[in-house]
Amino acid sequence: MSQEIIIDENYRMPEPVRVGEETGSLTRVMQQLVFTVDHKKLGLMYIGAGLLFFVIAGLLAGLMRIQLAFPNNHFLPPDVFNQSFTMHGTTMVFLVGMPLAFGFANYLVPLMIGARDMAFPRLNAFGFWVFFFSGLFLYFSYVGAPGLYAAGSAPDVGWFAYSPLTTKAFSRGHSTDYWTLSLLLGGIGSVATALNILVTVFCMRCPGMTLGRLPIFVWCMVVLSFLVILALPCLSACQIMISLDRYLGAKFFDTQAGGDAVLWQHFFWIFGHPEVYILIMPAFAITSEVIPVFSRKPIFGYPIMVAAVVAIAFISLGVWAHHMFCVGMVSLANAFFVTSTLLVSIPTGIKIFNWLATMYGGKLRFELPLIFCIGFLFQFLIAGLTGVMLAVAPFTWQLSDSYFVVAHFHYVLIGGLLFTIFAGIYYWYPKAFGKMPDHKLGLWHFWLFTIGFHVTFLPQHFLGFLGMPRRIYTYQDDRGWDTMNLISTIGVAIQAAGILFFVYNLIYSYIWGKKSGDDPWDAWTLEWATTSPPPEYNFAKLPVVKSRRPLWDAKHPEDPDWKHE
Amino acid sequence: MNYATTENPADWKLPSPRKLGILTLILAESALFTIFVVAYLFYMGKSLNGPYPHEVLEFPLLGTIALFSSSGTIFLAERCLHAGNKPGFSLWWGVTAALGVYFLYFTGAEWYHLIFEKNLTLASNTFGTTFYSLVGLHAFHVIVGVLLLLGILISALRGRLHSDHTEHVEAISYYWHFVDCIWIVVLTVVYILSVRVPQ
Repeated sequence: MSQEIIIDENYRMPEPVRVGEETGSLTRVMQQLVFTVDHKKLGLMYIGAGLLFFVIAGLLAGLMRIQLAFPNNHFLPPDVFNQSFTMHGTTMVFLVGMPLAFGFANYLVPLMIGARDMAFPRLNAFGFWVFFFSGLFLYFSYVGAPGLYAAGSAPDVGWFAYSPLTTKAFSRGHSTDYWTLSLLLGGIGSVATALNILVTVFCMRCPGMTLGRLPIFVWCMVVLSFLVILALPCLSACQIMISLDRYLGAKFFDTQAGGDAVLWQHFFWIFGHPEVYILIMPAFAITSEVIPVFSRKPIFGYPIMVAAVVAIAFISLGVWAHHMFCVGMVSLANAFFVTSTLLVSIPTGIKIFNWLATMYGGKLRFELPLIFCIGFLFQFLIAGLTGVMLAVAPFTWQLSDSYFVVAHFHYVLIGGLLFTIFAGIYYWYPKAFGKMPDHKLGLWHFWLFTIGFHVTFLPQHFLGFLGMPRRIYTYQDDRGWDTMNLISTIGVAIQAAGILFFVYNLIYSYIWGKKSGDDPWDAWTLEWATTSPPPEYNFAKLPVVKSRRPLWDAKHPEDPDWKHE
Repeated sequence: MNYATTENPADWKLPSPRKLGILTLILAESALFTIFVVAYLFYMGKSLNGPYPHEVLEFPLLGTIALFSSSGTIFLAERCLHAGNKPGFSLWWGVTAALGVYFLYFTGAEWYHLIFEKNLTLASNTFGTTFYSLVGLHAFHVIVGVLLLLGILISALRGRLHSDHTEHVEAISYYWHFVDCIWIVVLTVVYILSVRVPQ
């Protein structure tokens, strides 16, 4: 007790100098990007990197469409064409779709559940950088892959890399190894981030935020993370097997030594089909937030919506072989996978009807997010219908590996996923930057992109019916495919114009956009309770939640939701 | 913002992030192992040439005993930690690590025997491919587990292990039990089932 405390009135604490803030501006920004463990910065970095890779993969698609615009065209040599579709597919799935999903989850999940950060912030940074370097590694193959054999450069085995294309005999040089190792690395990053999201949601919710009150966005991200945890390790196993085959002489997929090439297809699609639902989950997530807010009604059938997402994820683990109807499985297997695939349409249909029921009788505000979500509803319906057609084995026997399949999954991934990504970016842009996105530029973006999208991909359904196989680099002029291919290529130019408006809008609104205020859309979830952009700690005082729409309760104390739930 | 505050935040209890994190990791690892186990089962009895499992595999009795008993010793170590008995903790934790090291030695000796005396390598046939990849993947997890065990052991011996580390210890013990459980599957599939399958 005898210790004396000397108080020096004149002493002033030195200003804390934080790492990354002591030098000039560009260095400082770079340092902040590299050192940050803040979920909001990492979320924006995920989205930024995803959009960067999106532009690169989109350019590859543009090159392929130019090659296919005319019969007997020689714009791209065949080997470059093979590399282009492989890189396009791999990039869009692993370096665009998943990072965008993780970006939105990273930015929004902690805010929506009233937490100050993710459960493991450093693991979060690890996940981002591993993903980013796996992407750079994949693209480095253009420079580094020829190796000693001087054969091939970028990977050219297709994004599902069917065996035996990946064996040493058919894939010389190191291009396949770049593909393999990049996905192995990316898989580690994805599992890390998915683990982080799960733990965050289950362990970091603010008081009162029970599982039954989670925004549906958060539910979808939980389901997405579960799928990543279950599916991505299967892909990693596949990549380990290929590497063992190629470098240590293992016989997993070596048919001459008793290996089985079809086993690769099973293993790949056990990962690959849940992956499809991983990619569409952000679409469900964003739509379920945007439609209620812009219809001024709570989501219709909350418990059913959550159950439907969980059911979709569960069923999606047992449908993989519908990608393999043409390899000659036994009839019983065909029947099983047809049935399980058709079952997916039930919960998916429930979701579409519930979104419509949310809009029905609502006071619709046709802002950019709602416009893009309405586009999503129409296009996802078409994608679902062609999906149901392809689920029927005899139909697939006719149209497998044709442009019909290409059209189907582009309707899912562009018409479905990408449209809602745009909706999400416009919806949360004010939250992230404090500025409103420009409505007029957004409308240009919407109409150009929508028209361009349909002009590109609608004719591809019919090209499929006419027998045009996917992944061919050119075709003869007597097939009757030339007009529709030309139309399809013109559509790409219109889409690209739309994307230019989108990118311009992001920059324009950041500099000249109107100030948005904290809650420009009059929304109901917790991310709008804090400032725009949110401070590093998100909430000065952790909120306490009593219903599914905490901000409604706060704004309408006379008639809060918790009285009715 | 004025939030309704009738629910008492003090009553708000959520699971521990570390425990849930390790359980999620275990789920992911299970998916990884599943694929290798399925590959082993798929190629069982399908090798085009020898050596075959029933010719070369011997039941790994000592290794199995070591690994299974290590699950018991890690439990004893944890019980000591909860009772505040630090020397007891270090002892049982060290025994666990030693049993893990012995298992690795046993596997190494088995592989030496298989490679140099029985001529079974990864490239021999589909049995060799699936055997070494599955058992090797498990052994790799044992190596990681042993390194984690040794890390904790060193900090315990240096007196740096405190009561707020119980969760770290618990997470590592979950992982170790998981590695043990995987061995039950590997043992059943590789050493019990496949040696009985006719070629």
